[in-house]
Amino acid sequence: MSRHERYGWSALLLLALAFPWLAGNDYHLTVMSTAYIYAIATVGLNLITGYTGQFNLAHSGFMAVGAYTVGILTVDHGMPFWAAFALSGPVAALLGYFVGLVSLRLKTHFFSIFTLCVGYIMFLLIEKWEGLTHGTTGIVGIPAPESFAGLDFSEPRTQYYMVLLFLAASLWIMHRIVRSLLGRTFIAIRNGDELAQALGIDLMRNKLLAFMLSVFFAGMAGGLYAGYVRFIGPGIAAVEQTFDMTMYMLIGGIGTLAGPLLGAIGVPWLTQYLQFLQDYRFVVFGPVLVLLVIFLPHGVVGTWLLRRRRRDAERAAQPGSATPQAGARARKGTRHA
Amino acid sequence: MELFLQQVLNGLTLGGVYCLVALGLTLVYGILHVPNFAHGAFYMAGAYVAFFLVTRLGFGYWAALAGAAAAVALISVLSERLVFYPLRNAPYLHHMIASIGILLFLESGAQAIWGADFHRMDTPYNGILSFGGVILPAQRLLIIGAAFLLVALLQLFLKKTVTGATIVALAQNREGAALVGIDANRVAMLTFAIAGALAGMAAVLYAPINLVYTSMGHLVITKAFVIIVLGGMGSVPGAIVGGLIIGFAEAFGAFYISTDYKDIIAFALLVLILSLRPQGLFQKGAH
Repeated sequence: MSRHERYGWSALLLLALAFPWLAGNDYHLTVMSTAYIYAIATVGLNLITGYTGQFNLAHSGFMAVGAYTVGILTVDHGMPFWAAFALSGPVAALLGYFVGLVSLRLKTHFFSIFTLCVGYIMFLLIEKWEGLTHGTTGIVGIPAPESFAGLDFSEPRTQYYMVLLFLAASLWIMHRIVRSLLGRTFIAIRNGDELAQALGIDLMRNKLLAFMLSVFFAGMAGGLYAGYVRFIGPGIAAVEQTFDMTMYMLIGGIGTLAGPLLGAIGVPWLTQYLQFLQDYRFVVFGPVLVLLVIFLPHGVVGTWLLRRRRRDAERAAQPGSATPQAGARARKGTRHA
Repeated sequence: MELFLQQVLNGLTLGGVYCLVALGLTLVYGILHVPNFAHGAFYMAGAYVAFFLVTRLGFGYWAALAGAAAAVALISVLSERLVFYPLRNAPYLHHMIASIGILLFLESGAQAIWGADFHRMDTPYNGILSFGGVILPAQRLLIIGAAFLLVALLQLFLKKTVTGATIVALAQNREGAALVGIDANRVAMLTFAIAGALAGMAAVLYAPINLVYTSMGHLVITKAFVIIVLGGMGSVPGAIVGGLIIGFAEAFGAFYISTDYKDIIAFALLVLILSLRPQGLFQKGAH
């Protein structure tokens, strides 16, 4: 992480910490907290889709698994929230292991179609299996996270900080993953799985790991959602939710760290200002999505990073400045941003 | 026995509708080599156009069917020109996301114009025929007849006419087709038009027994995906056989297993088959 980036992230964190004082009312806090929860799930989707190149359409299903893990365990079995929440990520990842084992043998859009069907099965099971999931009525009265160390988690401001903490942790973990050898391995698979295999990368093992990590984030986001909204219905498993997250990821910049965050926070705020469009927001966002993939396929953050790298490369290539190799390396790097 | 025959009839009805949607999807796949998620929205648009023509402009059922087919063919061609053509060299992920964009746009557009309510579409064929204890609603017979007629016409068109053969040629080998002088752009537009028209007609045929609403295309399109994966992506006979298999599986599953879970059957079948045979049922070589 360069010094500029470190300053940027620190500034963002400070802004997020100060937000409750900047926000006019609790409603703004609610919008922001919900956006953070979806940002965690989107960051997870970005790992498998943006970094590893496998477009998983069952992502919202895994978020629902996390949410229902918390809902069922707390409401029907009287488990404390934090214990149930600790299980939400692992349960999603465990299910992801079995789904991934079968689905990741398929490539490109066959994988997407397969996961689309898996997502539908999850949605329909949640909707129809009344004995377990309460069917279409959903699970109501999920308890608020138990307070500890004098923090009352039924209060909006504390909840906001709780969600922010998990978002910051998720981003930090994701940063560590994508900068590690493991992350490089994922990117190698995205850029060409045959080449990656020729380099000795075990495709199945790494894709499965990326998939499980990705749905772990989804499950955890679902668990947070259950504790925050305290009511869940089958709707959170619907494929439209995955489409929403895809849009966040794409607008911000697929395969970048800050992109999904920018999309997941920016788009809900934009829709807030387009209130009159609430139900019809896709009349605007549908074409935006199309225009983005045609004209700005790297998203806002991706395009900005590309520009900056090109500029650095040009500066480095100028005579008398830095070593020529650095310029060449930076220019090569632009392809994989 | 009557109950069994009744399920056969239901299976044929569903299978006919699925065949029409899956055929369009598989033809477009042959050209684009990416799944067009917007196809389900084309299906939905067909039902809404016909609904509008019948209720507002007083069209007859058949005129509305033709109008819907033409309108959806136009939407389909436009999306090819404006969206898929500029993306022809982009990675598959971009196609998929763009088609999702079209899908979301058309659905919320329909909702903005006609609202989120469910609409009922009337049909002049309300009669019920009874044949040896089997109840045969006229609309269902119409669906079966029309679907099979359209499938047969499409087969004739693809096999017996030069224009049809260009579609098959382009699907088989893009460069080879270009070398023998086939205009890929024209053929792509034609394919999208046919696919759109088929989806529109399928929707108008099926709408009278299954309300008109904005998300009506979701399950149908997902099942059409199941069908073309089972039958082999891009394969026309595969889409027909696959459509009938899913139609029958659902009709019998709903009756003998559970109505609640009938929609899961198609997806479970896909998961099961792809788990055992990742290359699909009728295809050699892995995906």
